[in-house]
Amino acid sequence: MRRVVAIAIAAATLCVCAGPSRGASSQDFAAVERGRYLTTAADCGSCHTTPGSAHPFAGGRPIETPFGVLAAPNITPDRETGIGAWTDDEFDAAVRRGRSRDGARLYPAMPFPYYTRMSRQDVADIRAYLDTVEPVHNAVTVNRLPFPFDLRSSMIAWDAMYFTPGEFRPDASKSKEWNRGAYLVQGPGHCGACHTPKTLLGSDESSKALHGSVLQGWTAPEITGKQGSLRDWSVEDIAAYLKTGHNKNAAAAGLMGEVVGRSTSHLTDGDVEDIAIYLKDLSGSAPGKTASPDKDVMNAGGAIYQDLCSACHRGDGKGVPQMFPNLTEVATVSAAKPDTVLRVIIQGAASVSTEKEPTGPAMPAFGWQLDDAQIAAVATYVRSHFGKQDSAVSAADVGRARSALAARVN
Amino acid sequence: MSRKLPAKDVVIVGLGWTGSIMAYELADAGLDVIAIERGPWRNTATDYPPGYAADELRYRIRHDLFLRPEQTTFTFRNKMNQTALPIRSWGAFMPPNGVGGGGVHWNAETWRFLPSDFVARTHLVNRYGADFLPKDMTIQDWGITYDDLEPHYDRFEYLCGTSGQAGNVNGQIIEGGNPFEGPRSRPYPNPPQQQPFGATLFAKAARELGYKPFPQPSGNMSQPYRNPLGVRLGPCTYCGFCEWFGCGNYSKATPQTTILPALLRKQNFSLRDNSEVTRINLDASGKRATGVTFVDTDGNEWEQPADLVILSAYTIFNVQLLLLSGIGEPYDPIADTGTVGRNFTHQTISDVTSFFDPAKFVFNPFIASGAIGMCIDEFNGDNFDHGPHGFVGGGYMGQVQTNGRPIETTPVPPGTPAWGAEWKKAVKENYQSALKPGTGVHGSMYSYRDVYVDLDPTYKDRFGRPLARMTIDFHDNELKQNKFLTDKFAEIFKAMGAKQIKKEYRKGPYDITKYQTTHLCGGAIMGTVPGNSTLNRYLQSWDVPNLFVTGASAFPQNPGYNPTGTVAALAYWTADAIRSKYLKNPGRLIDA
Amino acid sequence: MLDRRTFLAASALWLASSTSLTHASEIREHMPWSPFPSSEPHIERPGPWKFFTADEARAMEAIVDRIIPPDRETPGGKDAGCAVFIDRQLKGPYGASSGLYKLGPYVKGIKQQGSQSPVTPAELYRKGLANLDRICKVNNGGKGFADLSADEQDSVLKTIESGTVEFEDVDAQGFFDALLKDVPEGFFSDPIHGGNRDMVGWKMIGFPGIRYDYRDWIGRHNERYPYPPVSIMGRADWTPHKA
Repeated sequence: MRRVVAIAIAAATLCVCAGPSRGASSQDFAAVERGRYLTTAADCGSCHTTPGSAHPFAGGRPIETPFGVLAAPNITPDRETGIGAWTDDEFDAAVRRGRSRDGARLYPAMPFPYYTRMSRQDVADIRAYLDTVEPVHNAVTVNRLPFPFDLRSSMIAWDAMYFTPGEFRPDASKSKEWNRGAYLVQGPGHCGACHTPKTLLGSDESSKALHGSVLQGWTAPEITGKQGSLRDWSVEDIAAYLKTGHNKNAAAAGLMGEVVGRSTSHLTDGDVEDIAIYLKDLSGSAPGKTASPDKDVMNAGGAIYQDLCSACHRGDGKGVPQMFPNLTEVATVSAAKPDTVLRVIIQGAASVSTEKEPTGPAMPAFGWQLDDAQIAAVATYVRSHFGKQDSAVSAADVGRARSALAARVN
Repeated sequence: MSRKLPAKDVVIVGLGWTGSIMAYELADAGLDVIAIERGPWRNTATDYPPGYAADELRYRIRHDLFLRPEQTTFTFRNKMNQTALPIRSWGAFMPPNGVGGGGVHWNAETWRFLPSDFVARTHLVNRYGADFLPKDMTIQDWGITYDDLEPHYDRFEYLCGTSGQAGNVNGQIIEGGNPFEGPRSRPYPNPPQQQPFGATLFAKAARELGYKPFPQPSGNMSQPYRNPLGVRLGPCTYCGFCEWFGCGNYSKATPQTTILPALLRKQNFSLRDNSEVTRINLDASGKRATGVTFVDTDGNEWEQPADLVILSAYTIFNVQLLLLSGIGEPYDPIADTGTVGRNFTHQTISDVTSFFDPAKFVFNPFIASGAIGMCIDEFNGDNFDHGPHGFVGGGYMGQVQTNGRPIETTPVPPGTPAWGAEWKKAVKENYQSALKPGTGVHGSMYSYRDVYVDLDPTYKDRFGRPLARMTIDFHDNELKQNKFLTDKFAEIFKAMGAKQIKKEYRKGPYDITKYQTTHLCGGAIMGTVPGNSTLNRYLQSWDVPNLFVTGASAFPQNPGYNPTGTVAALAYWTADAIRSKYLKNPGRLIDA
Repeated sequence: MLDRRTFLAASALWLASSTSLTHASEIREHMPWSPFPSSEPHIERPGPWKFFTADEARAMEAIVDRIIPPDRETPGGKDAGCAVFIDRQLKGPYGASSGLYKLGPYVKGIKQQGSQSPVTPAELYRKGLANLDRICKVNNGGKGFADLSADEQDSVLKTIESGTVEFEDVDAQGFFDALLKDVPEGFFSDPIHGGNRDMVGWKMIGFPGIRYDYRDWIGRHNERYPYPPVSIMGRADWTPHKA
């Protein structure tokens, strides 16, 4: 009922102002449904909804960027504090070109460098869907960045250097499935926003697309399928992971757990499979074996592993399919950056519960039980003995991770 | 003054096994369900992870996962002419607390009752004549048959992933299983757990004595399992910390590992933890429940209105809440009127500890699970001719290796001093070579006119409500039964080559300090007519038809098995009746 | 049904703002989880006595060494830390009978009704040790329990055990029963509680502690499990030697 009222008011306003040009697509069932699906694929809700809030898309969630914290704006149809008064052109400019309504540049925490790969129709459909959600009056102060990043004008240079606008162009030499997967990954899915390494200014290192990065205290591992850590994952493994959050190798937790829970688990079986087909075809970096870790450290790590970890992950590290990750095949274990390994050892982690895999088993925290040297030892052991990563984790690394996690609110 | 919350379709009092089953089934039927749980939320990784789940002092000795008597307790006496006194610290049984209830810290021994158990009086009178039963024994038929419950036993076993060996599938007797069990519609979902050394010796000796030993049915996983709700369990690692403890690696069937992940995904379910229901509210007619009143941890009182009330607390708290809410007629043992509090029972447990030659036997007692072991059922229920023995009832018995936890399980031979150098030496010598079954003889306790629950006239809980008073003692029938069974059990250990055997018969009077099991039963029993029971065969209150009372409080007497399988099967049976009958036509499911 | 849910959402907001359901919480839509454990154990550290006075501690260390005497292979109660364990327990919730039902009237009941005494373990030990000290000094020319020979100490304990000695203001046999329960607990509980130092109690019998995975061993019958015990605080092998 409230929705109908909101639309009626919007219509009335239109009549009076006769200003902004608006499509009537919010009443087009097919468009709304397409928009709902794309909103899910683009995971808009992850940033624009405050976790635990009963008000989807009302904004306010703090988003960490390399330069400071931004708050995600309200994108409900509320006219005053949301996007109810925006024209479709204004909305399209924001989503695909990173321009605010007043022409100012958006911070790339809004993944417009990816969303630009969507078509104008895609974005119009998203708008049509967003018009149907409950309008919430919630004024959000977006910018909490320190100088000089608080100046949106500083983004002009950024855009010029790093932003390549333009819709996704299919590769005719590849299959239809590959191209669909590529569109989802490069466009709405904005996988590279987390999984592609960033320059000092926060842009993608485009030559290393999806080669892995670190953000918000989590390792976003390399997700290329040819040589990278997904080398031994099949298309089915990847698809199952995206669809259910679990497969015989791994379990999604932390940020990726959110992505699966809110976005990929709601995609069609065909779409997650297409994403998998595309990822499996990407070249990446083969994990480099470096010097073997210290034997003393490995012995200690092995002892801790047997006593505390084997009850779930088994003595051979292979775990239990769909429940306890197989440490020989988990991308974050073999990643160069140990952030996720340290994080889950120190504070634990809950894997995502999805419709198909509702269990959501959790890893307990061991930070209270093990000191820095012991955590370093077991992390080094797990990465080297089971994973494909021989670089040692030091006690100092653990100490830094501990302090960072203690300061973290999410 | 309580504040009123928005009404729900269903309010569930207590989120243990039966509360979880009812919540899932009724939410699945589309109803708006809220559960109110006295204790806290708890779950594997954050509350009992492998890093500290195995803390014997904290969990076994200091009862960390259980209700605190300070929160509420009961009073106890043996005889009606005695003054009941409060149980100040738990002993004979352990009332659970918190989400998952006793399902969190049970051993996961998952049995079905015998077909004859459900028609106990009819069956025994037919076979032995009415005079064979003691005059004051008040056993009765349940108003339900094994065949009624079979599909619901099956549902629970497949929910839990019970590991076991079927003995009777659709009437066909299967070698290696329990030949006495009622016919099951299909085998267990998982094969039996691997057996430790002691259990294999027991099975061999039992076979040689002519018995048919079989693996104890276990809610500890013999392999990874995915249940029909899509929830997964990992394989049991035989850590030996089941009963009294939470399972650290998702390998024991509990509400948390089988139902709650699926239940909490349902938008029409919510849970309030740390909130204690103090009363079931009735309308002016007294024939309709309007919801419940509960108190949160700040002492705020709330009213939760609901169309349907499911009372699924621990046995004796179910009875207490009925009595405090004025539902049904309280039982009067002298006049023999009323039903609420009647046919209260516990269990008749005894043990045999046997000592083997330390030079020849190493049992590794710590390699254990809550329910690994080999059992025999020859002396349960009416599986044997009671005629020559002068008692009824019985129990299963077995070498069930639940733990080698050293505070609890360091047996010493009879005659060893209680302390000093000799005690220390005996502990050291016998730890690896003694067998002390977790539960040896698991005997029935039948019901009697003078064993019951009512409200205590003196002692109150922290809210000023009267405590429940239990009047309970062993009767000759149970003591005779126990003597017979314990002797039979000891013969098997003798045949295994034990050099010394300590028989610990259950002796009267009933002692509130000596742990048996947490299987308190009865007090709000099911039956055929209002005069003999509080509930009808669907666990529906005869007096207040929109109230259903789940749990072992419905057992008219306690057969010789662990009750959880039957408790859960009855919950499924009740949920099924609500879904298929009650919702279509709310009201009495059986005409009184 | 929908209307009701809408109303509920509205009133949930009202609840959150106008009053508290602190501690008690409403759980819905997901399995609750938060980082870090919600119930990690309390770990007792070595250090000064927390409950016992110096004299009491001396007597207690002598007592625990008679309940569990040292032998050639295994330390006794004293070196195993049983007195430290009891000290920490008495200072904690156990000493205060925390969590037990403490409302009156306190009436002496029959044995099978269990303890009906309002005396807490802390009071029992304080008074029990004072009585023990008094009795020893009267009978042994001013020598306290700790100053007696081992045989003399055993004799004193046996008179208490058998009930031939009575204490003035506390039940002597109740005190002895507490010792028989608490001292072995100190010998066999996890070292985090202050006793079972270096896991000596576990090593004595071959109990592997908190190890949680015996899948490789369940099928190995009549074979002694070879690995050393592990405490909640680990074992020596957990720490790299060079660290």
